Amino acid sequence: MASAHIAGVGMTEFGEFPERTGRDLFGEAGDTAIDDAGIDREEIDALYVGNFMGELSENQGHMGPLMAKAVGIDAPATRVESACASGGMAVRQAVKDVRNGEADVVLVGGVERMHNMGTTGATGGLSVAADDLWEIRQGITFPGAYALMAQRYFAVHGGDREDLAHVAVKNHANAANNPLAQYQTEISVEKVLDAPPVALPMGLFDSSPITDGAAATVLVSEEYAEEHGLETPVAITGTGQGTDNLALAERDSMVWTPATEDAGQEAYEDAGISKDDVDFLEVHDCFTIAEVLALEGLGFYDEGEAITAAREGETTADGDLPVNLSGGLKAKGHPVGATGVAQVTEITKLFRGDHVNSDAVEDASVALTHNAGGTVASAVVHVLEVAE
Amino acid sequence: MSDDEIQNDGYDQALEAIENGNPYALECPEGHQSMPPRRVCPECGASDLEEVEIPLSGELLSYNVTYVPTPDFKDDVPFVLGIAQFDNVRLTGRVKADAEDVEVGSAVEVGLGESETTERPLVTFDLA
Repeated sequence: MASAHIAGVGMTEFGEFPERTGRDLFGEAGDTAIDDAGIDREEIDALYVGNFMGELSENQGHMGPLMAKAVGIDAPATRVESACASGGMAVRQAVKDVRNGEADVVLVGGVERMHNMGTTGATGGLSVAADDLWEIRQGITFPGAYALMAQRYFAVHGGDREDLAHVAVKNHANAANNPLAQYQTEISVEKVLDAPPVALPMGLFDSSPITDGAAATVLVSEEYAEEHGLETPVAITGTGQGTDNLALAERDSMVWTPATEDAGQEAYEDAGISKDDVDFLEVHDCFTIAEVLALEGLGFYDEGEAITAAREGETTADGDLPVNLSGGLKAKGHPVGATGVAQVTEITKLFRGDHVNSDAVEDASVALTHNAGGTVASAVVHVLEVAE
Repeated sequence: MSDDEIQNDGYDQALEAIENGNPYALECPEGHQSMPPRRVCPECGASDLEEVEIPLSGELLSYNVTYVPTPDFKDDVPFVLGIAQFDNVRLTGRVKADAEDVEVGSAVEVGLGESETTERPLVTFDLA
């Protein structure tokens, strides 16, 4: 099938900017992406905006039209919501539009404003990605839900908090020199283990931070790129999506994520690749245990085997399969609706050679993004390849 | 439950049954069980669902110790939250015990309690 070529990318600094509005964040990321693409903004045929909780954080719904004008474009504009997978799902809609000929040029971005809610407010806002009746009313939080998954994993497969701490250490090391990352600091296993508890066994450094930020990318058809002489060194060649029961308690297993498996399989088939072709990837490490479950669900490790991957150095920047070279959600930051788009912008820069960690993937040609919503009731995977 | 609380048909009755010591799930002709409210079986789409008793006693599959809560539980922390299996359904609820006394596999009994913050009802698990 045709590919959606990446003409340009943009991302704000991720961090703590409680005073910045969603429209300001999105405007910066979108404008940067349009400039990077070198296209006239009048050429944009459609806009997709990933956002999870604008209603709760800044009393703002209906972000399609708002964000269109935040970047000064006049095109059909739609918001996509799928909890923390909102950004990746927005990318998927844009890819479909370009591939089916509906559009030649699509701007897709994601944005989230979180710090203005405070820690308890943001925890409450994020919790609405769970089942209101049988989870939220019982006191579940997202750190708490992933803590349940981690505790179950330890009981079923073994492993402990120290294994998971290596995931956080790795992702912080990857972000240390990333100028857009929220935490540009290396940490130690001891620091992770000694951090204040959030929902044990998840501590503060097992958890992605509360983050304000936005990311955007311009996708074009191959024909459009050729006709207009655009440089598009990276293309999205496969897309896949999976859905599961919303409530964690409704799943057959608390330590296997079928939505990730389904999204991965569909994306591999769509791109005509196998997981063995993948050189590096960005996965949804909202909590340390989430990276482990993602690597297993995507087929890189058998069930119960990925918990030692970071500790053994297999997924570090110099390992066989670098994971989250951007710093991941853990250290780059997790402005939830922007995350799935930011994974695409970071991989694009890694391939193009203008990312601080590009040296780690010099000979790479195939990469993946994996973005999940809730306790992986939603998952979306994209295959990115160096364009011929 | 306060009178001004929005009522959730199906859920409220299921909580009341838990409180009365005769909890139930919904079961389809294929034997799939789920918690209400449901129009159809979430597994197979069958629409003829009937209430079937589930046991009061179950097994704790996992638990956490929550320190950072949502606003509705700000006065409740820290608390232990768990998921427990009752025959063919699983429930999420408050484990009424200190974390050091809880382990995966603990036997629990389901009941009804309330949030200390909002006094809203919630599912509870007592260690058996």
